Amino acid sequence: MSTPPSPSPARWFRALRRTRLGEPCLKTYPLECVDLLRRARVAFQAGRTLKENFRLAQLEAVVRMLEEHECDFVDALGRDLHKPRFETVMSELLLVKNEALYAFSNLKKWMQPQHVERNLSTTLDECLVVNEPLGVVLIAGTWSSPVQMCLVPLVGAIAAGNCAIINPSECTSHTSELLHRLIPLYLDNECFHVILAGASDLPEVVELKFDHVFFTGNREEGNRIAQAAARTLTPVTLILGGKNPCYVDCQCDIATTAQRLAWARFHNAGQSLVAPDYILCHADVKARLVQALKCCLMQFYGPDPRESRSFGRMVNLEIFNRTRDMLWRSGKVAMGGQVIEAEKYIAPTILTDVAESDPIMQQDVFGPVLPVLTVNNEDEAIAFINKQEKPLCVYAYSNNSKVISRLMSETSSGSFCSNDSILQSLMVALPFGGVGASGTGSYHGRYSFDTFSHRKSCLLRGTRFECVTYLRYPPYEDRNLSLMTWASTLSQKSQGWCQIL
Amino acid sequence: MSKEQQAVACARRAFETGRSKSLEHRIRQLKNLQRMFTERQKEIADAIKKDLNKSEVGTQLYETLGLEGEISLAIRKLKEWAAPRSVEKNLLTLSDTVYIKPEPLGVVLIIGAWNYPWAVTIQPLIGAIAAGNAAVIKPSEVCVHTAKAMEDLLPIYIDKELYPVVTGGVPETQELLRQRFDHIFYTGNSVVGKLIMEAAAKNLTPVTLELGGKSPCYIDKNCDISIACRRVAWGKYTNCGQTCIAPDYILCEPSIQDRVIEEIKKSIKEFYTDNPKTCTDYGRIINQRHFKRIMAMLEDSTIAVGGENDESDSFLCFSLFTSPTVLRDVKPEAKVMQEEIFGPLLPILSVSGLDEAIKFINKGEKPLALYVFTSDDKVIKRMVDETSSGGLLANDCLVHYSVSSLPFGGVGNSGMGCYHGKFSFDQLSHLRSCLIKQLKMEGVNSMRYPPHTPKKLGWARFFILKTVDLGWVGRMALLAVLAVVAAVVLQVSHRGGEEC
Repeated sequence: MSTPPSPSPARWFRALRRTRLGEPCLKTYPLECVDLLRRARVAFQAGRTLKENFRLAQLEAVVRMLEEHECDFVDALGRDLHKPRFETVMSELLLVKNEALYAFSNLKKWMQPQHVERNLSTTLDECLVVNEPLGVVLIAGTWSSPVQMCLVPLVGAIAAGNCAIINPSECTSHTSELLHRLIPLYLDNECFHVILAGASDLPEVVELKFDHVFFTGNREEGNRIAQAAARTLTPVTLILGGKNPCYVDCQCDIATTAQRLAWARFHNAGQSLVAPDYILCHADVKARLVQALKCCLMQFYGPDPRESRSFGRMVNLEIFNRTRDMLWRSGKVAMGGQVIEAEKYIAPTILTDVAESDPIMQQDVFGPVLPVLTVNNEDEAIAFINKQEKPLCVYAYSNNSKVISRLMSETSSGSFCSNDSILQSLMVALPFGGVGASGTGSYHGRYSFDTFSHRKSCLLRGTRFECVTYLRYPPYEDRNLSLMTWASTLSQKSQGWCQIL
Repeated sequence: MSKEQQAVACARRAFETGRSKSLEHRIRQLKNLQRMFTERQKEIADAIKKDLNKSEVGTQLYETLGLEGEISLAIRKLKEWAAPRSVEKNLLTLSDTVYIKPEPLGVVLIIGAWNYPWAVTIQPLIGAIAAGNAAVIKPSEVCVHTAKAMEDLLPIYIDKELYPVVTGGVPETQELLRQRFDHIFYTGNSVVGKLIMEAAAKNLTPVTLELGGKSPCYIDKNCDISIACRRVAWGKYTNCGQTCIAPDYILCEPSIQDRVIEEIKKSIKEFYTDNPKTCTDYGRIINQRHFKRIMAMLEDSTIAVGGENDESDSFLCFSLFTSPTVLRDVKPEAKVMQEEIFGPLLPILSVSGLDEAIKFINKGEKPLALYVFTSDDKVIKRMVDETSSGGLLANDCLVHYSVSSLPFGGVGNSGMGCYHGKFSFDQLSHLRSCLIKQLKMEGVNSMRYPPHTPKKLGWARFFILKTVDLGWVGRMALLAVLAVVAAVVLQVSHRGGEEC
């Protein structure tokens, strides 16, 4: 491959561009990525990332980076999303730290080859599955949880022994630049690189050929990434947004439900992949639910959420405009609805009398707006949910376990949670991912390690016992086949099928 | 509506009725499939004979015996595979129910290959049925008689709406790919694999690709060469070399090359007699295009054994015969080393030792299988650690395919995803995380709600710990402690709220 052209002065000027608010941000162009990818590949082929000690040291470094720069992260996320300190620490830093520590303490176990059940013919052989790193992986995070979405997969990639190129979202420019600055100070400089490629350049970056691409974002971007990956036969993990439905039953504790819902929907000013997108509320309890939600919002954010330090802002004007348009053209405002463009502020808003055809029901809601639709029973709710694309999460609130059971078994989604929201996506032991239009693949904990590994089957035989093996060689005789068929039925009863091979 | 659109729409409608989901249905369908192989053995063998000239015993050995085993395994283990799988809990979810529930994906498209048509088309189907999906089966059009046999026989035994068979060539496959599926399972080559993945990407459909590659075979000088060569010869010339995991080429030191050639020649004679052309156990190249492709590879290499070929022999009604061939002193630039051979040509390349062999292997794309013959465990360990491939087999060929507990699949250019046994079931299921909570114990949750205070953050840090796996008694004890702590937290936060 010929070396890429060196950047011209014009390119360097373009590389340092300004955002609408006049703040500088760096950008990496696809050709510059070529060099970083080459360096990472050389480092991988040299075997740097294979040793357990190396991986443990890198994981430890990630934890140290988060601990030593907690204030910087809080500050950066505060500037990008007006994220309260509590949310940054809890949902971004602690989460990554937890994953890193979990990987740290389990790494030895995960790296061990797994011996598998043998069949009759392989009793004297070694049958094992060895976990191998894939090579160099690309991790592209989304802007709603910029730190978590980049670093949790990175933990998995490191644990599995890969090199990685990380692309935090360009929308959260302060956080991306912080990561761009800090990661080289803590992690190996040849194996791990941070690039700042725009969303439109990512497909070109993918076509440079990685061994795995991990992408979080919205469906359109996910589609472009999937197609670029297909052109280079690159396996992908896609965590894509969608409309997460939430059914509230007539039999439930409204106060608690409202509290949990309000927290889930309005944290990070509604900019979350896993928050309940819309509510399907049983007609009997709708009025009470809306009232309870209003009370909770008052409790959480006070009479003027703009003054509250616990409430966030939209990440940029594009998302702000999109959410505001949806808000103004859908349903009726039951609470909130105030917007202030200069601050990218949208008040926590509840919409009622929302019709299925309203704009807010046609796209994902990435803002603090909660549409409440009415249904007469869980059948209608299930039918409604199944008409849409499969979402990342389905939620159901009810005291009746039969209702919960029906919601769970008659719908499909990446994950399911009853009587609460979001928590299932934070647990280290549960695989988090989508299905259908909400994505493919999963991660968290052991699943991150598996996503970035290749499970190589190894069957190690000896060259003795040829007297048994001879049965399989030509010339094929019916007698031999009968013997093998008989032996096959023997082992079918005990272990699994076998061929005396 | 085209025939393909209709088949897919019908399968989807049938899936949406929910009847493929019950365990009884899945087991019934699998048992019917099993019956088909028992009752229709003759028809299946006849079709294979016409397509690939495989003997009846060969068919059973390589195609149907394996499938019958997989079906029995699936029937026996289905309840266990489909049951919710428990996970570790953390402190905050001790009183909740947490598990992973396998669910069907929906409508799966299975595109088969022609080299082992039954094995590679029906094995994913077993996984699809076991996982509760509907499946559209598209057998390879290259093996004409087998595709017809599948089209005729499958609807008699298994639900024809849920599992329709769609036959046809490239235009029919393209039409199928325009429809929307929930998973596409393809076995074949990487050129077509890319096209399939691109078509799938338009609908964000996940794929499993079982592709090929050049599977290297390293023969160490410290090994029982005669047994090694016999196994390599068996692995290579079965089905006339048309096996995705056949040893593609041999790497060995020049000092043993002559012995290797001698032993392979001996094995060929043992297996297929002096005249393989008339031997019923020796197969044929599938069609003229592949025949010409393989013949072209002979051009720039030295033939050590074999090399006879016959494009047609109408007298004996056999055609496209290529004798088992060994090529010696092959150079890496030779034509035969540029693509997967998929035929009965066995090139031998000289390497100075294990280091050069590993370097050579790593220069190429990651293969589907890697073979190493040696009596030295250190050599095997180095191969396992320093190379990458879909699977690795020491001191034998092909047989790792038959171990259901080993995942079978490729990596890099040789494919993505894996199957066999439980892995088929998992590959064609969605493993959905489920967290079942109660609307009680709200006190514990209060620390996460705004307004956020530093005190709440402190408590939250304490509770986000690593997972704890306690026994029942420990769990109860911890729950009691938690309740007390939660009460304290509530008190503290209330008082804090009042002060503000």
